[in-house]
Formats: sequence, C-alpha cells, structure tokens
Amino acid sequence: MTDLSKTDLPKTDLPKTDLPTSAGDTELTLSNVSVSFPIYHGGSRSLKKSLLFRGSGGHMATDANHRIVVEALRGISLQLRAGDRVALIGSNGAGKTTLLRVMAGIHEPVTGSVRCRGRISPIFDIGLGIDSEISGYDNIRLRGMILGLTSEEIKERIPDIVEFTGLGDYLDVPVRTYSSGMMTRLTFAVATCFAPEILLMDEWIMAGDASFLTKAQHRVESFVEKANILVLASHSIETCRKFCNQGVWMEQGQIKAAGPIDAVIGAYWAANAVA
Amino acid sequence: MTAIWIVSLKTSLDSDYVDQPVAERSSRYAVAAAWTDMRSGLLLSQLWLTLGWNDILQRYRRSILGPFWLTASTAVMVIALGVLYAQLFKMPVNDLLPYLCVGLLIWNLLSSFLTEGGILFTGSESYIKQIKLPYSVYIYRSAWSKLIIFAHNFVIYLGVMIYFEIWPGFVALLAIPGFALVMFNGALANLSIGIISARYRDVPPLINSVVQIIFFVTPIFWKPELLKSKSFIADLNPIFHLIEIVRTPLLGGLPSVNNYLAVALITLVNLAVTGALFARFRSRISFWV
Repeated sequence: MTDLSKTDLPKTDLPKTDLPTSAGDTELTLSNVSVSFPIYHGGSRSLKKSLLFRGSGGHMATDANHRIVVEALRGISLQLRAGDRVALIGSNGAGKTTLLRVMAGIHEPVTGSVRCRGRISPIFDIGLGIDSEISGYDNIRLRGMILGLTSEEIKERIPDIVEFTGLGDYLDVPVRTYSSGMMTRLTFAVATCFAPEILLMDEWIMAGDASFLTKAQHRVESFVEKANILVLASHSIETCRKFCNQGVWMEQGQIKAAGPIDAVIGAYWAANAVA
Repeated sequence: MTAIWIVSLKTSLDSDYVDQPVAERSSRYAVAAAWTDMRSGLLLSQLWLTLGWNDILQRYRRSILGPFWLTASTAVMVIALGVLYAQLFKMPVNDLLPYLCVGLLIWNLLSSFLTEGGILFTGSESYIKQIKLPYSVYIYRSAWSKLIIFAHNFVIYLGVMIYFEIWPGFVALLAIPGFALVMFNGALANLSIGIISARYRDVPPLINSVVQIIFFVTPIFWKPELLKSKSFIADLNPIFHLIEIVRTPLLGGLPSVNNYLAVALITLVNLAVTGALFARFRSRISFWV
C-alpha cells in the first residue's frame, strides 16, 4: 500500500502537435497514462479495503485525504499504428476495461497524455442506446447518431442493416415487441454496420441462435478487418490469437509484457502455470 | 459537399483528441476543454433533439392524450388553485387565475430543471461509460425536453387569456428575452446540480425537499403585495425575479428595473459558478456516475 501523496508520479512533456498530416495515418498513442479514482461509496472502509484488495488486481492506495484510491492504470505507454491488432490479456481487474475507456476518451487520464487520430468507436455494450419504445428503424438511426454519423451516412447503410437482420416489416414496430432473438439480430446488425478506423472491443461479440451464428461471426470478422487498429480485451486466448498480431499483458494496472501475440501469450501462460 | 464538411468537423471534435500532458493541464486548459465540450455538443443537435423527444414519448407512449397529459394536469391545478385562492385571498378570479397560470407554468419549468438535475448525468450512466460524447449533449437534451413540456403547457395560457378576454398587447413580446434568460439559468442550474449529484448522491432528495419549500415562499399563487413590509421575502428570492420577467409581460405589464438587474446578477453568478464547476470537474464525471 503506497501513499499517493508521497508518490512522485512521472510527468510527461510531449510536444503538443505532431499529428500526422495524412488522414489515413491512424494512430493511438498513450504516453505514461495513469488513472486513479477514489472509491466514494459508504460503508466500512477497512472491511472494504481488505475485501477489495484481495478481490481485484487493481492496486489500492490512500490519498492525501485518506480516501481509498484505486490506481487502475499506472504509467501506461503504448503506441499503436495502422495495422496493429492488439489483444489485451490479464486477470479480472487488471485494468483492461479502464485502459479501453481511456483509449476511447471516456476517461481522461489523471497524468500522462492520449493522442488519437482517426474515427474511434468502442463496442463495449452492443445494446447501447437501444430504446424499446421506438421502432427498429428509429433505433438504427439513433445508433448512427450516437456514433456521430450524418443522416446521409446512416441512410446509405440502412439497406445493409435491414438485409442482415432479416426482420423486414418488423423494423417498423417498436422493438419492445421483439423476441429476444430478434432483438439480438437488430442490436448486432446495428453495432457492426458503422465501421470505425479504430475499433475497441471489450470481449468478442457473440450473437444469437445457431442459424444466425455463422452469419454473425462472418460479419464481425469482416467488421474487425475493416478497422485500421483493433484493440480487443478478451479472456479467450483462442480469439486473441485468431484476430490479433500484438499482445499486451496487463497486471495491476501496469503493462507486464507487450509484443508479438505468441510471445506475450507464452509469457502469460508460463507465469500463470507457476502461480 | 456540406455533408463531408460536417463529418470532418465532427471528426475533428469527437474523434481526434489530444489530451494535454498533466503539466500543461492548467485551469486555462480546463476552461478551454469545457468550452469545446459545449460547442461540440451543439454540433450533435440531431442526437440530443432525438433523445430529448424520445424522453417525452417514452413517458406517454400508447396513451391517448400523450404529452397533453401534462397539459391536462397542469390545467386542472391552475383552475383549482385559481378559484380556491381567489376565494381565500378575496381577489377577483379574473385577476388571480391568469397570474397563477403564468406563474405556475414558469415554476413548473424552473423546478423541473432543479429536481431533474440530479439525474442529468447519473441517468445517462450507460452512455457516459460506453462512449465519448460531449457532456453538453446531456445538458441540451435535458433542456430540450423541458422546453417541449413547457410548449405543451403553454396552451393553457392561451386558453386562459381567451376565456378572460385579456389582451396583453405588444409588451408581451418582452417575455421572449425573459424566457430565454429563464431557460439559460435553468440549464445552468441543471448542470451544476447534475455535477454535484453525480458525486454526492444525497443531493437529489435534498433538492426535492428544498424545491417544495421554495414553491410556497415564492409569489406564484399569491401576490408579492400581500407581504407588505416584509417584501424582502420576495425581493431576495432569485426565482421570483426570473418568474417576474416572463409573467409580467405576458399579463400586459412591464417588469421593474429591479427585476432585470436582479436577473442580470443571478445570471452572472450562475454562469460563474456553473462554469467553474464544469471546467473543474468535467473530466471526473465519467468516474463518478
């Protein structure tokens, strides 16, 4: 347990503007990123401290005000370029989701900097923004808007989505009337139709009934292939090996190892076999 | 061509971002980031207009009256309170009821900004934790849905004016800038409360009980003249001045200079406080919700 007030967190002095000039130069660079957040919820602090310390891989500390602070990420530096397909591996609470959220710009780092060029899209929850009271079509439009697309761009993609869902006229009725299978088809089609340049995925998208499964898997694969940069957090080593060429092994909010996927997985397995 | 331009503009605001190293993250940077947030949110107007409208539809979907349920219940309240209090205060109904009607409409708007501020960010947790959108999107969405509700309720005012055959004259146009100031102040208060409530979850219930008290101490169903020597009760109440600059013109009168000066002061303080809160804590909201 370290005292944050005494910890000298490394500070970075990056040149402010070295963005690539060509639009095709997708990049995502993290320099010395640290994220920590205090836990505010009431209750017994000491009990929680001990429970959480055991339960999560995240590093706990107390700050100057004696609040409990989770140091979710500590000094992460990563440089991703077009063509990089990165698998994040590590135990629960190692900081994979937090790292993805920092990459997505959802969390701003406490120290360090994030530089990003290219349309970025996180797929953390494929049901995001689904409103059960509006029609399938309206949900498709809403999702497009959430991802920052113009109405023209959305209009262009609608036929593709409609065809993939196979829902036909059902798209005109409120989605609350859908069966769960129909719902999956819709959310799945919507989530995978707007291909970003940088794709962030928290767990591989799985979908639906058996007849839909193959179709769905093909779609995710082509969707993922369209992205210039992929960052995938997954517990399935098989999935990581199949879709990624780089690996980042996270532990307690730090990068334990990074490099070619096979080497990282090998090191991860070796370490876990001993433990 | 325009479409392409909008896309690239959006991309530059939404997608390409450079977080400054912490050493440079001064208060000037925080203010600039807050300002960028406000502006980039405006560009996503299509999104928040849809979300705000859906919020209304969701509540009244499949009911016959739809959003006019709000109008109906407000109308009943205006008539009941108007007739009752005209009797209690021994005032003519055609004087008190229009007064109460306008006051209540603006109060409903203002109080919804205060009471619903608590869920401004916590209610959008799924969005905030899943995707990077400017926080101002949630603010505009909230203000837009409140404006829609107000527009529905405004029908009551027209009905009351026709029934009592009151013609306010062109001075009523002064209500438009007044209303803009009410919306602006309401949205700012909404944001402040939203930020504080995301961090301190005890705030929303507290606000709810305070708002109830404010309703009774504000001249809405009673006139400030009744205070006689205790007029400071109304004069020190910011809500009173905000209501006055809309209510008086709509009833054919001219708000006092004091009303306008008070509103100017309220707006400045509100802007300074909310601006400081938003600049300082904007980046923490995603951790709090």
